[in-house]
Amino acid sequence: MPSDAPDIPDTPDDISTPEEIPVRYLVLLKAVTTPEGPPPPELMEAIMTLGEDARDAGVLLDTQGLQPSATGARLSLLGGTLGTADGPFTESKELISYALYDVRSREEALEWTSRFLRAHRDRWPGWEGEADVLKVFGPEDFPPPAPA
Amino acid sequence: MTTTTSAVEAVWRIESGRLVAALTRITGDFAAAEDLAQDALERALRQWPSDGVPEHPASWLMATAKHLAVDAYRRRLTLDRKLAELVQETSHEQEGDPMSDVDEQLDTVVPDDLLRLVFLTCHPALTAESQVALTLRTVGGLTTREIARAFLVPEPTVGQRISRAKRTLAERQVRFELPPPAELRARLGAVLAVVYLIFNEGYAATGGDDWTRPVLCHDALRLGRLLTRLQPDEPEVHGLLALMELQASRIPARTGPAGEAVLLADQDRRRWDLLLVRRGLAALETAEDLGGGPYTLQAAIAACHARATSVATTDWRRVAALYTLLLHLTPSPVVALNRAVAVGMAQGPDRGLALANKLTDTPALAGHPELAAVRATFLQQLGRLDEARAQFLLAAERTPNASQRRLYLRQADAVL
Repeated sequence: MPSDAPDIPDTPDDISTPEEIPVRYLVLLKAVTTPEGPPPPELMEAIMTLGEDARDAGVLLDTQGLQPSATGARLSLLGGTLGTADGPFTESKELISYALYDVRSREEALEWTSRFLRAHRDRWPGWEGEADVLKVFGPEDFPPPAPA
Repeated sequence: MTTTTSAVEAVWRIESGRLVAALTRITGDFAAAEDLAQDALERALRQWPSDGVPEHPASWLMATAKHLAVDAYRRRLTLDRKLAELVQETSHEQEGDPMSDVDEQLDTVVPDDLLRLVFLTCHPALTAESQVALTLRTVGGLTTREIARAFLVPEPTVGQRISRAKRTLAERQVRFELPPPAELRARLGAVLAVVYLIFNEGYAATGGDDWTRPVLCHDALRLGRLLTRLQPDEPEVHGLLALMELQASRIPARTGPAGEAVLLADQDRRRWDLLLVRRGLAALETAEDLGGGPYTLQAAIAACHARATSVATTDWRRVAALYTLLLHLTPSPVVALNRAVAVGMAQGPDRGLALANKLTDTPALAGHPELAAVRATFLQQLGRLDEARAQFLLAAERTPNASQRRLYLRQADAVL
């Protein structure tokens, strides 16, 4: 099948450096210490603005807050037995949100995430948490088998 | 590349557009603003590796550019004042600190700034390659090195394209403003064309060894997503984004294990990127609701493929009908060729071949590898194997892309 191929002015020339690959990162935000009461409205506002910025920049594919694990459940497979347990889970850290970024480098994902944490630091004194930045597998992670 | 350099580049990618736009607004001079922004970037690249990345990197860049702007402004002011004093000795107009004005302007967020910037970097007075380079650098926040690498050209070539573009904009006295309403659609069309050009060079690399260069597709997608935020009511902005998201969803399946090209018919559709498919279909719906256009039609065609589980279950009648519409809207030999393929799939290879044969006299398609490949495919289906093989070899001869050439040679070998 043909694909529309436009006229492109450039001619190929020297190329020696390895190519950069666009990558996705899943960021999982966890709360360690949460002060009493609801999050301040200024924080919520800052988070909205940040999300807007990231969407404007075309890098934020998805983000949502997560309800406390009390509303969820955990399914397990242990020793050959399937189990179901209702939340809350017993860990000290609650997962509170996720974000999926589409970026050109790891640093870019780290930058957006630190902005997110800084917003918490500046607007919700006492809040502590951590964000796991996980690289999503892409086609480039499956190396081609050696040619026969 | 050090981690700090990557960190600088990451901040730059996020901030470049807004920074250049704000600086252009206050200086009223795009070329000067771009220089200031680049100076700030260079300063960051020099200082951050030794001083560490500042706590607020974005503000640091803005403040640095601001200082540079104020310095330049002050120098010019001094010069102007001296000139004024020379010309007429009385000049008592001193309205407070002129710098506070600059500060205020830089801190004011003007929503249309970025949009003005995009119209500027995609200005019709510029050549396509300059539009591409300038847009990727200022709006996309790519470094000259990154652009050079993506387009497989030497870095100085990109530098020249950018300085030539800045010179042209200055000579034409192009202003930092939104086009008048009567011209808006046409100018927006030029912007979309630049974005799609970038996408296509990534999607169907015309030169080099690689079949695709996903990083360019990614840059185009980012620009496309940005445009839907800047011009949410324009159908074709969403149409183009839908088209790009849907096409990009196939990238993981378009290359085989040895880097070889895999055509739509042979792709493992389980490898298509479902998230991009979903985003593409959503953007298509918005585009259609707003009234559509040529990009929207192309996206609708891409959606036919995205929804089908195989070539056999594809709604080729709908694809053919959409191509007919598209051909009326934007007559082009390539669209006519694609229509021939769809008609052949819907109504049989003889119908497709007849349409493709009619195109052999079209000058624009005379040396086109795809035309030969399409004819080859239909000839093969009709059992005319010698002719099919000859057409595959012709296609291989005509393509400038190494990966595509190997594909056609493989197909030629498979005929007999």
